[in-house]
Amino acid sequence: MERKEVLTLLKKNAMLIVLVLVYLFFLIITQGGIFSPSSFTELINQNAYVYILGAGMLMCMLTGGNIDLSCGAFVCLLGALGGVFMIVQGLGTGISILLMLLIGVAYGCGLGYLIAYIHIPPWIATLAGYLAFRGLGTSILSANSKTGSLAPFPVDFQSLFYGRVFPTEKGVFNWPCFLFGLFAASAVIVILLRVRSSRQSKGYEADTLAGVAAKGGLGGAAILLVTAKLAMDGGIPTTLLWVAGIILVYSFLTSKTTLGRHFYVVGGNIEAARLSGINTRRIMFIAYLNMAVLTSIATMTVIARSQSAYADIGKNFEMDAISACVVGGVSASGGSGTVLGMVIGATLIGVINLGMSLISLDANYQRVVKGFVLLAAVVFDILSKKRAK
Amino acid sequence: MSKTLLEMKSITKTFPGVKALDNVNLKVEEGEIHALVGENGAGKSTLMNVLSGIYPYGTYTGDIIYDGKVCRFSNIKDSERLGIVIIHQELALVPEMSIGENMYLGNECGHRFSIDWNKTYSEADRYLKTVGLKESSKVLVKTIGTGKQQLVEIAKALAKKARLLILDEPTSSLNEEDSRALLDLMLSFKKQGMTMIIITHKLNEVSYVADKITVLRDGTTIETIDNHGKEPVSEERIIKGMVGREMTNRFPKREKTALGEVQMEITHWTVHHPLYPERKVVDDVSMYVRKGEVVGIYGLMGAGRTELAMSIFGQSYGTHFSGELKLNGKTVKMRRSESDAIRHKIAYVTEDRKGNGLVLSQSIRVNTSLANLKAISSHTVIDSDREYAVAKEYREKLRIKTPSVDQLVGNLSGGNQQKVLLAKWMFAEPQILLLDEPTRGIDVGAKYEIYCIINDLAAAGKSVVLISSELPEVLGMSDRIYIMNEGRFVDEMKAEEATQESIMAAILRSGKGA
Repeated sequence: MERKEVLTLLKKNAMLIVLVLVYLFFLIITQGGIFSPSSFTELINQNAYVYILGAGMLMCMLTGGNIDLSCGAFVCLLGALGGVFMIVQGLGTGISILLMLLIGVAYGCGLGYLIAYIHIPPWIATLAGYLAFRGLGTSILSANSKTGSLAPFPVDFQSLFYGRVFPTEKGVFNWPCFLFGLFAASAVIVILLRVRSSRQSKGYEADTLAGVAAKGGLGGAAILLVTAKLAMDGGIPTTLLWVAGIILVYSFLTSKTTLGRHFYVVGGNIEAARLSGINTRRIMFIAYLNMAVLTSIATMTVIARSQSAYADIGKNFEMDAISACVVGGVSASGGSGTVLGMVIGATLIGVINLGMSLISLDANYQRVVKGFVLLAAVVFDILSKKRAK
Repeated sequence: MSKTLLEMKSITKTFPGVKALDNVNLKVEEGEIHALVGENGAGKSTLMNVLSGIYPYGTYTGDIIYDGKVCRFSNIKDSERLGIVIIHQELALVPEMSIGENMYLGNECGHRFSIDWNKTYSEADRYLKTVGLKESSKVLVKTIGTGKQQLVEIAKALAKKARLLILDEPTSSLNEEDSRALLDLMLSFKKQGMTMIIITHKLNEVSYVADKITVLRDGTTIETIDNHGKEPVSEERIIKGMVGREMTNRFPKREKTALGEVQMEITHWTVHHPLYPERKVVDDVSMYVRKGEVVGIYGLMGAGRTELAMSIFGQSYGTHFSGELKLNGKTVKMRRSESDAIRHKIAYVTEDRKGNGLVLSQSIRVNTSLANLKAISSHTVIDSDREYAVAKEYREKLRIKTPSVDQLVGNLSGGNQQKVLLAKWMFAEPQILLLDEPTRGIDVGAKYEIYCIINDLAAAGKSVVLISSELPEVLGMSDRIYIMNEGRFVDEMKAEEATQESIMAAILRSGKGA
């Protein structure tokens, strides 16, 4: 490969390289602590909501840098309602999940209608929710509980959102988990090869075999490593299934479907989109409806993990989701950004959080470090993109 | 006269990979209007950016001698201090600020920490008067039209005590009337001793105002023509210098075939302004287009041409529509929906390719398929291989100059952007194309290619409506011409009977009659 090609390859994957470097840094400084099986589980469980909300936030940001400030507060409100359904009223898990989703859909429709058809600027429309929902959620909690929190959630609910698939004892190698990893890794390689051969047969540009080997090899190795680690820690967390499923669906949606394309085009030039026959209002509506639905799913993973609904739950979630997107290279003015980028951004922030808590850095300093790392990551990204031109 | 005010000697400027200017020489004498012409990418704007210090000393080689002294500008302030003021093509005014505030932006008069508003506004009013604007300088810029905004830019330059005024395509967004007024203003400045450099694509303007014409091509000076001979310099003469060959015909001939039946017809079409519903923007217009016909709509800016086209295209402009739209003889009930229009095989190719035509942050590929994503997807899943194939096919067909269809549209030249816009709509497979100023702001060579595409479309049996404010273009390309003024069609002519004079006369007649 030419030196130039290597450079462009590095620049294209700048944030991924930063992620690896940061990980190596914490690997040394925690003396391998961040490489332990429980750290892998922790990383996934702790950040599940960031990936899920990040996918929703990505769709909103694509439409023109629009954000949803209300999702953190909505987690609190919906969590409180979930607590009322399952703990106070004693409704079944299935019916409670359905009710929570319906409430999410209702909120999403209302919000989407206000933004898309009444043309309320998104940050104002969602600021209202940001202010109101936490108050509403807290008052529901204190009306139903003396301590101001509702716990514990039913076991089946917890195992659905915060359990393990085919659980085993810690330290016992969990074969289903590792086999799942083997399957996923080989699926990645097979898909890459199939894309290549179909492109070749149609006479289009395709990756070289070395390129496929590198991509598939690295990707497959990463999957195997993660699943091997998880296998040592009791198996696949159900949160991982939720997160992986959502990431896959949204990757496909944004990169392969006409609907996804419409999101990018609306963010790139809304007038051009409209004059090309795209129903721009519908896209805005879908963006916020989608955000509310994903927020509902995120709520379930979060209350299952904390095993209770409390007043402070979901605090700053909106900021975490936005940070993940921005660090992941999603344009703050809309029209560009990928799910993969958001995933890398969210993982980077997650690794930094986990690493700092492993070395038990003072919480205040943690915030300082996070702030500067965010800034540095974005500066680095922007500069490397500039050079790449 | 004839004291040399500015001399640029063997200027060479390279960008990574490209030599934008190669040994360019330019000599401007005091008190003259010097026109700088050349195709897009010939290096006109680069040269002016070198002169004004946007590209600072050291990033180019060669000398700038101004007023007898060698100058080394390190930024735009340096050149402005010596009275070299550049007015860029894209207006740089803040719409929400008053005219006065805009004129003194970055050049505020007053003390170190405070602005003297009384002085600002009284001085601004004085300069506005010299450019012939009656508006008060306290009026917000967004409330005045583009023509007047251009005059504000000139007043702003005057307020900077300009000695050498550089105008980069000052008339590209003005109608003929405003353009003429601007050129006359330039001539009156010349009488007062101002020196000016004008960059323009409109060659009739060059022969009207310029004393000397310097032609650039591919970053080199081709020649400097004196415009004071007995005969005025002909446009063909200038074009020859610009493109390096004689262009005997600026408009490609179209095979005259028998026209087909009427494909689209509108009757009593009336559209009201979306914000002021009492105002009729399009007033009782009736027209038709046959298959294989190119119908020109000529009118001055503000005549309602764009509004007419957009209202036909899925009512994408206006309110309170009335009238009837017939496609292939059948009345069509249109809703307010652009996708409906596309389904009825109508395409509107906008005049504002950057504003509402293209997604500049996306690739050629994405833009090409945009209006017809269905054709390259199955069950809403895009087949990216097919999309590449389509983009490449149109790149060849329209000769879009780019190595890769993954190139971002924002990085293309104006002519190539226009071709991508056309590609997008051709891929939507329309039967009726409403082309709104399809050659605005692009160079002679690219214009010719666009004309060829229009002819091909007509030959394929499509109906083309060509909206233009360039008379030669309408005359050269159309089979039939509608003349529009103040929202109404005032005349209809066969192309072979129409002349520039008869069209202008029709507009003037209607103005008096109303």
